[in-house]
Amino acid sequence: MANILALAQKELRAYFVSPIAYVLLVFFALLFGWFYVASVNVMVQLSMGQFGMGPQVVNINEFMIRPLLGNTAVILLFLLPMLTMRSFAEEKRSGTMELLLTSPLTDLQIILGKFLGALALYCLMLALTLLHIGLLFWYGEPEWGPIASGYLGLLLMGGAFISVGLAISSMTKNQIVAGVSTFAVLLLFWIINWIGDASGTTSQAVLAYLSILEHFDDFSKGVIDTKHVAYYLSFIAVGLFLTAKSMDQERWNG
Amino acid sequence: MVEVEHVTKRYGSFTAVDDLSFEVEPGEILGFLGPNGAGKTTTMRILTGYLPATEGRARVAGFDVFDQPIEAKRRTGYLPETPPLYPEMTVGEYLQFVARINGIAAGDRASRVGAAMERTSIADVAGRFCGTLSKGYRQRVGLAQALLHEPDVLILDEPTAGLDPRQIIETRRLITELAGDHTVILSTHILPEVSQTCQRVVIINRGRVVAVDSPDNLTARLQGSQSLYLQVDGGGDDPAPALRDVAGVTGVSAADGRDGVSGFWIEVAPGRDVRREVSRTVVTNGWGLLELRAQQLSLEDIFLQLTTEEADGSEAGGPDGTETAGLDGTEAGGPDGTEAGGPDGTEAGGPDGAEAGGPDGTETGGAQDPGGDDGAEPSDAEERTHG
Repeated sequence: MANILALAQKELRAYFVSPIAYVLLVFFALLFGWFYVASVNVMVQLSMGQFGMGPQVVNINEFMIRPLLGNTAVILLFLLPMLTMRSFAEEKRSGTMELLLTSPLTDLQIILGKFLGALALYCLMLALTLLHIGLLFWYGEPEWGPIASGYLGLLLMGGAFISVGLAISSMTKNQIVAGVSTFAVLLLFWIINWIGDASGTTSQAVLAYLSILEHFDDFSKGVIDTKHVAYYLSFIAVGLFLTAKSMDQERWNG
Repeated sequence: MVEVEHVTKRYGSFTAVDDLSFEVEPGEILGFLGPNGAGKTTTMRILTGYLPATEGRARVAGFDVFDQPIEAKRRTGYLPETPPLYPEMTVGEYLQFVARINGIAAGDRASRVGAAMERTSIADVAGRFCGTLSKGYRQRVGLAQALLHEPDVLILDEPTAGLDPRQIIETRRLITELAGDHTVILSTHILPEVSQTCQRVVIINRGRVVAVDSPDNLTARLQGSQSLYLQVDGGGDDPAPALRDVAGVTGVSAADGRDGVSGFWIEVAPGRDVRREVSRTVVTNGWGLLELRAQQLSLEDIFLQLTTEEADGSEAGGPDGTETAGLDGTEAGGPDGTEAGGPDGTEAGGPDGAEAGGPDGTETGGAQDPGGDDGAEPSDAEERTHG
């Protein structure tokens, strides 16, 4: 455990010494802020009755926070590959992987250390957005339950994105290759059910189940379904398992 | 302390290490010598648990590197070919991190890091980022990293590569100091380094052990057929037939020649000293004796001989074998050889000087202590075996 923590700290430090952490935090905050302002505008228009329904009380959770978190999920799909692309690729390129692999560390410790390091930076990104949400409590009366479940969903989904990123980063020495491949794979998991409509019902069900954003919807509604929690956790487990396999493979093939 | 038993490593159809076996005693410094691609780095990577062997076993401090990797790694310090530094960390932070992942308790870390920096004299760069260091400092930070946790076994892949001559001397001294408490395996392509620092040498070529012995014994072993270099002004005659008639001479071959002056390699039967007879023959024939010296095999020659034999058995096996070695020797001595070819022609000084003494001389000006050290030790060793 001490080793995992040491590695996670090292990872987090590396993010902040290289500009990656700042770039991610700044652009994530900017993009989230943009969507936030846009949804505040929609809220204002709705409550002023500009859609011909007259002034009314609009459910802030349903009409603002839920779409906002949905959009956040899409922003993350674009940004998180940049968080993980260097993790293994850079260590392999610069030869520091040799240090880790010849130190008294297990593969699992190395993988978990990197995972937790990336997850910590991701949590920081999410923490920035809580400021905006906090403002809503100042001016309105949102329910905190769906917000909490929405953030839990974001955390789980981000973890799944990170595990895919780590697995792909462990397969190459090139950061760019890792980043682009991760993005492509995540995108594929997003749109995987779009072709489901035309095919049969069974395959549609399977594809819909695999879709990574589909499972997020319930969280943003305020529903914590174990089905979805299990989906994300097993997604993370598979990602980390593939990372371990790839490390092992690398070792045997030199 | 380190046992390697029949280790083989294959990459697909390519065999990098082929049935390698050797042992290292506690406190010993073992030199690992071989041309590029011989399998030195692969062997070291197997010993450090970075790569698994395809076949065979390796044990470090009694722990199998494959079955008990964590225990074995705890007792091993490793300096890879390129020092594994994180450019975004300062030297101090880096060593702290290394101490941490090696399980050194928080209270001991500062003192261990301090001691390691002291030993490798890098305390002056503790606050600098690893990415901004010069090659020499990087190498030494890598060395500090390897010995930080006081491992039983130190495995150093070309520890002096990229260092300036003064740092090379310091590093060699450090390695010699480390032996005793630690067992050291170092790989190098600088041959004098082996004769100066190592008690035993493993020469490998194409993944196979070609020879395991002490540097002195290796020289002695290959001294079986000795050869003389003779330069003579024949005044138009061909001295070769007369030289062949000298008792104890087994072969004469032309080495070089110009303007009536010709040089010969004279093969001598083992244990015979024919210098008197050869010089008498030259003088009684009325030729001018310009140079006569015993051609001793330096480590370079042994190395070249062993590795060429391995590569091309047929050519090196015959009487040609020593000849190629001799010729290679002069080639290796190249830049120096022509200069030192004077009356004194210090045999071993030539190639050694070219390798390590040369840059020393220019760098440190007087070259009294480092240069002297470099040149003298190997030739000393060889004289001993010769005498």
